[in-house]
Amino acid sequence: KNSQEENLKKILNLNTSPFFSVSDLPPVPSTSRTSFAELSVRQRMREKLKAAKTKAEITLSQEEPSPQPRRLKGIRERKPGLALDKTVKMCIFQNDFPSEEEAYNFFTFNFDAVPEKMKAGARKRNGLNEEEVEEECVETHEDEQEDEMDEDVHLVKDDDLFLGQTDEDLVVMKPVDCESYTEQLKREKEFLFVPSMLAVPASEKMPRNMQPRYLEDEGLYTGERPFVSQSNQNILENRILRQDQVKWFGDDGKILALPNPIKQSSTRPPIFSLEEGIAPELETVYRKAIKMTSTNQYFVGPGDFQGMFQLDIDISGLIFTHHPCFSREHVLAAKLAQLYDQYLARKQKNLTKLLTDKLHALRSAVQSRIGGDGDGVPVAQQSIPEYKMEIRQTRRLRDAEQEKDRTLLKTIIKVWKQIKSLRDFQKFTNTPMKLYLRKEEVDQKSDEKAYEAEIQAEIKELLEECMEEYEKKMEEYKTELQDWKSWRKTQSKKKKKKKDANADEESEEDFGEERIKPIPPKMADSLEIEQQVREKADNCRRKPGEPILVPELTLSGSITPTEQCPRAEVSRREDVKKRSAFIKVLFNSKEVSRTVTRPIGSDFRVHFGQIFNLQIINWPESLKLQIYETTGISSTTLLAEVFLPVPETAVLTGSAPLEEIEFSSDQRVMLDHEGVGSGVSFSFEADGSNKITLMTSGKVSSSVSWAVGEKGIPLIPPLSQQNTGIPSALKNIDAIASIGTSGLTDMKKLAKWAAEAKLDPNDPNNAALMQLITITTNGEAHVPDFFRLEQLQQEFNFVSDEEFNRSKRFRLLQLRNAEVAEFRNYKQVPLHEREISEKIFQDYEKRVQEGDVIDSKNYLDAHRAVVANYLQKVRESVINRFLIAKHHFLLSDLVNEEEIPSLGILGLGLFKLAEPKRPLRPRRKERKKVTAQNLSDGDIKLLVNIIRAYDIPVRKPVMSKLQQPSKSSRSFNEMFAASPSAQSPPNSPDWAFNQVFVRPFVEVSFQRTVCRTTTAEGPSPCWNEELEVPFRAPNGDYSTHSLQSVRDEVFINVFDEVLHDAVEDDRERGSGIHTRIERHWLGCVKIPFTTIYFQARIDGTFKVNIPPVLLGYSKEKNVGMERGYDSVRNLSEGSYITLFITIEPQLIPGESVREKFDTQEDEKLLQAAEKYEAECTSKFPSRQCLTTVIDLDGKTVFITRYIKPLNPPQELLDAVPDRSQTAELVARYVALIPFLPDSVSFAGICDLWSTSDQFLYLLAGDEEEHAVLLCNYFLGMGKKAWLIIGNAIPEGPTAYVLTLEQSQYVIWNPSTGCFYGQYDTFCPLQNVYCLISCDNIWFNMQEYDSPGRINFDTSKPKHWKPFFSRSFPFPGLRSIQPEELTYEHSDKAAALELQSRIEKILKDKIMEWRPTRPTRWNRHCTSTLRNFLPLLEQNQGKDVEDDHQAELQKQLGYYRVSGFPIHMPYSEVRPLIEAVHSTGVHTIDVSNVEFALAVYVHAYPQNVLSIWIYVASLVRNR
Amino acid sequence: MAAPSVFLLAVSGEIESGEFPGFDDLYCKFSFVYGQDWVPTAGLEEGISQITSKSSVSPTTLVWNFPIDITFKSTNPFGWPQIVLSVYGPDFFGHDVARGYGAVHVPFVPGRHKRTIAMFVPESTSRLQQLTSWFTGRRPEFTDPKVVAQGEGREVTRVRSQGFVTISFNVMTKDLHKLGYDLPPAEGPGAQGLRGF
Repeated sequence: KNSQEENLKKILNLNTSPFFSVSDLPPVPSTSRTSFAELSVRQRMREKLKAAKTKAEITLSQEEPSPQPRRLKGIRERKPGLALDKTVKMCIFQNDFPSEEEAYNFFTFNFDAVPEKMKAGARKRNGLNEEEVEEECVETHEDEQEDEMDEDVHLVKDDDLFLGQTDEDLVVMKPVDCESYTEQLKREKEFLFVPSMLAVPASEKMPRNMQPRYLEDEGLYTGERPFVSQSNQNILENRILRQDQVKWFGDDGKILALPNPIKQSSTRPPIFSLEEGIAPELETVYRKAIKMTSTNQYFVGPGDFQGMFQLDIDISGLIFTHHPCFSREHVLAAKLAQLYDQYLARKQKNLTKLLTDKLHALRSAVQSRIGGDGDGVPVAQQSIPEYKMEIRQTRRLRDAEQEKDRTLLKTIIKVWKQIKSLRDFQKFTNTPMKLYLRKEEVDQKSDEKAYEAEIQAEIKELLEECMEEYEKKMEEYKTELQDWKSWRKTQSKKKKKKKDANADEESEEDFGEERIKPIPPKMADSLEIEQQVREKADNCRRKPGEPILVPELTLSGSITPTEQCPRAEVSRREDVKKRSAFIKVLFNSKEVSRTVTRPIGSDFRVHFGQIFNLQIINWPESLKLQIYETTGISSTTLLAEVFLPVPETAVLTGSAPLEEIEFSSDQRVMLDHEGVGSGVSFSFEADGSNKITLMTSGKVSSSVSWAVGEKGIPLIPPLSQQNTGIPSALKNIDAIASIGTSGLTDMKKLAKWAAEAKLDPNDPNNAALMQLITITTNGEAHVPDFFRLEQLQQEFNFVSDEEFNRSKRFRLLQLRNAEVAEFRNYKQVPLHEREISEKIFQDYEKRVQEGDVIDSKNYLDAHRAVVANYLQKVRESVINRFLIAKHHFLLSDLVNEEEIPSLGILGLGLFKLAEPKRPLRPRRKERKKVTAQNLSDGDIKLLVNIIRAYDIPVRKPVMSKLQQPSKSSRSFNEMFAASPSAQSPPNSPDWAFNQVFVRPFVEVSFQRTVCRTTTAEGPSPCWNEELEVPFRAPNGDYSTHSLQSVRDEVFINVFDEVLHDAVEDDRERGSGIHTRIERHWLGCVKIPFTTIYFQARIDGTFKVNIPPVLLGYSKEKNVGMERGYDSVRNLSEGSYITLFITIEPQLIPGESVREKFDTQEDEKLLQAAEKYEAECTSKFPSRQCLTTVIDLDGKTVFITRYIKPLNPPQELLDAVPDRSQTAELVARYVALIPFLPDSVSFAGICDLWSTSDQFLYLLAGDEEEHAVLLCNYFLGMGKKAWLIIGNAIPEGPTAYVLTLEQSQYVIWNPSTGCFYGQYDTFCPLQNVYCLISCDNIWFNMQEYDSPGRINFDTSKPKHWKPFFSRSFPFPGLRSIQPEELTYEHSDKAAALELQSRIEKILKDKIMEWRPTRPTRWNRHCTSTLRNFLPLLEQNQGKDVEDDHQAELQKQLGYYRVSGFPIHMPYSEVRPLIEAVHSTGVHTIDVSNVEFALAVYVHAYPQNVLSIWIYVASLVRNR
Repeated sequence: MAAPSVFLLAVSGEIESGEFPGFDDLYCKFSFVYGQDWVPTAGLEEGISQITSKSSVSPTTLVWNFPIDITFKSTNPFGWPQIVLSVYGPDFFGHDVARGYGAVHVPFVPGRHKRTIAMFVPESTSRLQQLTSWFTGRRPEFTDPKVVAQGEGREVTRVRSQGFVTISFNVMTKDLHKLGYDLPPAEGPGAQGLRGF
């Protein structure tokens, strides 16, 4: 029980502090108790204490489960820290006064039952001592307080309680309970662990019975540990040990650590800002653009670039000291020369003299010391032995030098003798060397005296020396002797002792140590010494009285001419002649230049005398010369490499001396002539003894120096760039910094670097490098000398390359994917190889292979084939560019979107509402355009609306021929007697009106599809019919670019339908009508499809191309039509047809490639051009303003550069005397050059303008080229001519030529050669936009632009806006045209050959077109026709002489002939065939028809060919 | 029997229904787009459906139930057929306006498949364009609905997604395996659907 009590007390004690702190608080102001007696209070206190005690006891003794002990128990369990917490809580509680309720709760909660018990207990117990009371006071106090509260709340009436409460009693004053630091530490120590900083013994860190293992020592890679200070490490180790986690320690007893992750050098350089306020990263620094010298790996960076430095390497020559081609004499001579050089060098230094003088000086000094005031200065005394030492040394040196001199001289003489004997022996001389020995006589007596004095002095010195030595040795001997003697004594003593001791073994040992008695030194013999000295002097010194020999080597000797030499020598000399040498200069092991190859002279000297200026950027690493020798023509061998030292910065050009650098080569050369070879032993001796082996060697004399710049600044790279400039630390780490990138490929260098940098070979980071180095240095594995970009490509291939290439299917798929023309739309590539026939590729392969082979079948003419090939290539490259551009889509290509209506359109729309519903003159509505991509065969149709024709030739009655004047200048197309009897004049109703009859119809043929109109009547028929011709795109490809290159033409042929009476039997005539319809071709209009495609519609009146001779037809005269300046000549022209052609649905023509072309024009000019164009188009948006065009190279060129007077072919000028006729001839010549639109040749690209010479070479071009050439010709002929940019039918935007003839303006169509007066109604030129001359452009500012309504006077700025004006004068742009055109003369023979071939082809074709019926050729007619053709050409199809017509009639009187000549320029055969086919001559369906076909080719200069084809069908008359 | 040189792909099914919130009275066009090595041997390559209106009670999907039935032969799986759908309907003023374009490949695996295609329409380039197109009733359209089946040039367009169309396919192939083209066995929703039957 007592112990319990004690326990309780302790517990209570623990609880003291909180309650004291409570009572320390200031009195509660709210308590308003005024009258309290001190005594009563004390008494009551006591009582209460007692009560409390008893209460506690009772509770404990009764062991009631009351709440109090439980609480106390809880307290005990708690940690002291928590108790402290509670205190604080209490404090807070007290500080902000609790509300009454809170207070009540707090105090009442725990101590409910206390008051009654206390009262009861208080009476029972009294015997508590004071101290206890004091101790326990707290507890009671608590109770009291609680009671007090109780009273406060419940207004308890108990007097005792009420009275016993004063402030003083409740508050106990105590200092702040503050724990001292040491105490705190002490307490913390119980639960805190501070690891010690002391090192942990290794044994603790290791598992037991384990020795630390150092991996590094075992050669394993450990890596560098990151730095951690030792103390920290110790702390960590201690802590880990404490936790007993040994696993954190490695085998070496160290904490496990990864290698240091920190890079030694920062990857990103720090950035310093120059300006404040801007973040350094954002700061922009202007750097001038520099030219990259990309090959130089030593490029330091743009910032360090200081320009080019220059190193001058002067290679003056090369001397061979040995060469395989040396003859024996040469060997000796070289030796002699070498010796002589040595001699000269020695002589220059003159060491012997120098040393002799020194010796004399020393001797005299010694003499003076000894002789003079001998005992004067002690210092001097001391120095005498030193002097003597010096003398001795100097003498020895001098002797050696003298000996060398002498032996040198001797060998020189010996070699010279050898040479002489050799020359005698071989009976010829190879070298010009000659040695003279000049004797210098000396005074015998003085010489002898000096000699003797010298010897004496030497002897004396030697004697002295010997004496000294003797003395020294004597001393040594004496001491040694002493030693020996003492030793001897001890020895004898020992022996005595041993005898007593009787020990055998020991004595044996001693005997072994027996010493030899020293020998006393000998005294030097003066005689002996003298003899020695004299001997030596004899050997190395000139004897007294002997003349001094001075050798002199000259090259004055004569070499025996080759003819007098034996054969072996001759072959040697020839071999030498064949040899030559050159030197390569290598900078940083890269060849930068080489000298010229110079032959090796007979003296084996090569003179180069070349200075190489090396422009360098960085400090050179190495300079090397490689000496090469070439033998004969081909073989070049590297003789040797010579490293040149990089010159000091002070060595500048001009001051650098030439240095001789020796080289030698270890190559072995054996020769079969006199030459001794290299690396081969040979002998001078006859018996072959005394062999010597010499290697090729020589000297290069060169100098390296730094060049001096313009301002005298040496061009030396800054020294910082030298290797020292690179921090060595960095150099160690970064291989590139130290050896350069080129070094990386040089394994030796890399290995060297690796060795120098002490790379850890075990570091995994270096593993690859190390392996590489070991492999390459060992040469075990082959390092590929290529770099593979896609290493894994092979793994991704699904079949091997061979298989891929072999497979036809893959090939087909590949070609189709590449959009190769032949395969672009190939459908259903077969699955199996066997299903693909080889034929598919044949055409393609042929095309690819025969890219350059002339395809004579199609072209028949070599030049045209070449040109066609050339064009094909240009076209392909352009198409390839276009194909790429094709894949760039615009929104409009994909999405149809209504354009935003502008205000004008809206207004117009409103205006339209007011329009009459059915206007009297309806306009064509714009159709919706269709993009070509989603079209297929049959979707596109060509609509040809034939409206009417004028002036169709009419049939000529037979009779009329007689009425016709025999010759008329006006009517050249005389009728041939051909009109048959069937159409006899009386039968024709028209004949009554003296009118000839014609029943024309029009046939449209396009892509071999033919449509025809109904037959109309009369020479001015009206058809008004619409024909639909389907269009098929090539290869079914309806893309824009494919459509652009469609080369088909629409032929609109006018025929005359002739009815023949086919009744063969007159008896049938009454019962039926049998007629046969024949059609006769009258003329045609050709319109290329591309024109229609680009124009969208063609609407106008066209001139029908009527052959100059139309058998059986004549032309009605147009009277009163004045056209052209030469009205007389032009009346015959003119049959016209009105057409409207369009494509249904309307196709959107392809846009030109959206590309900006580069240019060489002046920027200012281009800007002016842009401005000018903008100004012009803003005024007249419909008028095209052309200032710049694109030439064949794809460059923008100013247009006036194309205009330049050029000479037409002289042949044409000479042909006709009349000047006006010449103009026509020239125009015809130009028109004869075939027409080929650019869109065809260069799909998609806008107009390309070729210059006139290019045009004449290509012999193909479109309107611009024709116009430019014609304009240039006219200018060359002295006419006033301009280029017209305008709009014509059917071409659309085009170029014409305008000339001023006799104050009249004449418009020339360059592609047909026709010319029109300004007011000609049928001029195809509809609008004139610009005029261009060689120095200006004028834009049409007049209200109208049709040629008939405008004024062509360009001097009026109101009418014509000039490009170059006073404000912007013509800058004198040089023309891009050639100075002069040269023409090839026409090749008549080739033309003749071509003629026969074309004829044959056409005949074959006609037969081919008539597969069911036989085609008979009338040879007689053919030859007749053939005779006509040259005449036609001569007269340009204008006049045909009647004789020939008559002749034809006479000869072919039995036949009904219908036929005509076709005239075409020649480009290739296909158009000719098409033209013949379109005339439909072959379609005649009479059984007994015969044909005649004649071709005539007229060659003009520059291979321009004019082709005439005369086709006729003959039906025999019955 | 000789080894086959072509394989066949038979596709049947129907354009079942569409969901185009806010639009009514729509019809649907379809066409097949296929590579150069494909040839349709039987059936319709293109078609146009009836106009259908929403039902007044839910579900308010537009049901076309328009059958498709086509057989292709081919030598090369490259260019496997795609069905391109374009849905049109009248706008406020009664103009026919494109309400959605979409495309999906014909499933490779034989069996029954159901596909729901998200549809989209090209956007006007500017607000003003949008206004005028609304007025004129000519909304931006693809020049060719087939552009939705190709990837080239799509980067220049801007579209807005609008509605869904559900198609079911029944796919059969012939000789595909014989020609060395392996396909996984039929599974997925189609197969499950079959099992459901």
